[in-house]
Amino acid sequence: MGWYEQKKDRAPVPPEKAIWAVCPKCKSHFGKKAWKDAGGICPKCNYHSRISARERIAITADEGTFEEICAGVGYSDHLKFHDASGAYKDKVEAAKAKTGEGESVTVGRCKIGGHAAMLGVMDFAFMGGSLGTGTGERIARACEEAVAKRLPLVIFSASGGARMHEGILSLMQMAKTSAAIAALKKAGLPFISVLTDPTTGGVSASYAMLGDINISEPRALVGFAGRRVIESTIRQKLPDDFQSAEYTEKHGFIDRIVERGEMKAFIARMLDFWGF
Amino acid sequence: MKVASKRKTSGAKADAAGKKTPTAWEKVALARDAKRPHVRDFIAAMCDGFEELHGDRLAADDPAMVAGFGRIGQHRVLVIGHNKGANVEENVASNFGMANPDGYRKAMRLAKLAERFGCQVVTFVDTPGAYPGREAEERGQAEAIAKSLEFFAGLETPVTVVITGEGGSGGALAIAVGDNVLMMENAVYSVISPEGCAGILWRDGSKAPEAAEALKITAHDLEKLGAIDGIIPEPAGGAQKNPAAACRAVKKAVLASLDALAKTPREELVKRRYAKLRAYGNFF
Repeated sequence: MGWYEQKKDRAPVPPEKAIWAVCPKCKSHFGKKAWKDAGGICPKCNYHSRISARERIAITADEGTFEEICAGVGYSDHLKFHDASGAYKDKVEAAKAKTGEGESVTVGRCKIGGHAAMLGVMDFAFMGGSLGTGTGERIARACEEAVAKRLPLVIFSASGGARMHEGILSLMQMAKTSAAIAALKKAGLPFISVLTDPTTGGVSASYAMLGDINISEPRALVGFAGRRVIESTIRQKLPDDFQSAEYTEKHGFIDRIVERGEMKAFIARMLDFWGF
Repeated sequence: MKVASKRKTSGAKADAAGKKTPTAWEKVALARDAKRPHVRDFIAAMCDGFEELHGDRLAADDPAMVAGFGRIGQHRVLVIGHNKGANVEENVASNFGMANPDGYRKAMRLAKLAERFGCQVVTFVDTPGAYPGREAEERGQAEAIAKSLEFFAGLETPVTVVITGEGGSGGALAIAVGDNVLMMENAVYSVISPEGCAGILWRDGSKAPEAAEALKITAHDLEKLGAIDGIIPEPAGGAQKNPAAACRAVKKAVLASLDALAKTPREELVKRRYAKLRAYGNFF
């Protein structure tokens, strides 16, 4: 059994030493260079992998036009939340250090293909893109700023849902952001929501699904409840493409699936058509 | 953790009434007690001439959501509530109060009628959460909840919310956006179930009592956080010990809310509701 035990004990290969890149969706292996050249888009299944808020802003806003607002709005540890693995405060500070962002969404004014707009971009690397009080406040301020300046609103979502470390007030951000979106629409301004991989739980069940148009990227996970929760509730295996952007489009809740390289031009065309 | 000191302050009032304050986890058990009054009990005890109405006009009628018109005191109201049953048969029929998208769409459709005909809305919140099912996802559970939040934020008629048992996450919130959010003393209201939170953050579902404590889900804790507007006292030992008295207390609180909201000018209502929603967790 020596060969067996040895294999079990072997430490996993750290990402920087790995020769292969593995598509998280279809598990196909590629040379690291091939994966990088493809821009994190799987050459085999066309999965659009997760990117940081700053990478998204760079490919969405016209160069040099993004002006961040309310960067000082951050998390709140009003519950002094602790769990088995430590304090919320430490985890969120680590997320800030890792991503360089102050919250799971970054918002600001910019131009998209020449059209002035308010842009919000979520970063899944910041605590799973969870919706905390700071996130909700930034989204609400983006809506209010958009109304004040008569700007259309574009939000790229990427989130596992509400941030439970902030308790009930994280749930209340769903109501707060939805009310702010409603006020924006009432002011006659459009909201384009882009649901990127993954957009689930409290974020899909609030502003992300409230777009005047809802767009997604190929193979993004879009849904409310988690697959495992559903499978254990209904005691059935779900289809492989369940809650994919394509599946959600087929059921009528996504307007269009747009490739990453086409996204900016598509948003600009819609804004142009609507007269913004 | 600072739980003990908090308990002292929140327990003081209860002690004056000769009651011992249960822990958060004990309240979860009380909130889920099958003998607690549910939406149909509240309707029977509070409403005159209740007329139930069905269907979302799109796909289905959701038995997990009850809705209909009736009178409470002198007020004409639309009552909406999660339909939890008192036994297994009732719960199987009503899906344990876990609504599908059709339930939230039924609520919105009828609330629109209430607005048109000048009726106030009263909701009874009691659900483990929105139903996590295949068809629920396919018919847009996320969209239905999102729409509901947006819809109730802008509804031009007063909304009184009573959290009567389990306020389970987004499925509860979808009918809990209102002008006056009341909570029964032993009800709980949370972003995630204590079991779910323990499973994720403690990696051990059996740590649910700790998670319940940490999440701050009791009425007294939520009042301090500004998430609710008032607490409705329950009979000694909990509503399940004396459902009739519990229903009377709820009726009294709801009537006071309906009276107060009837006097609010309509144009003020939505503005005030927005300001209230906007202030949730505004620490900045």
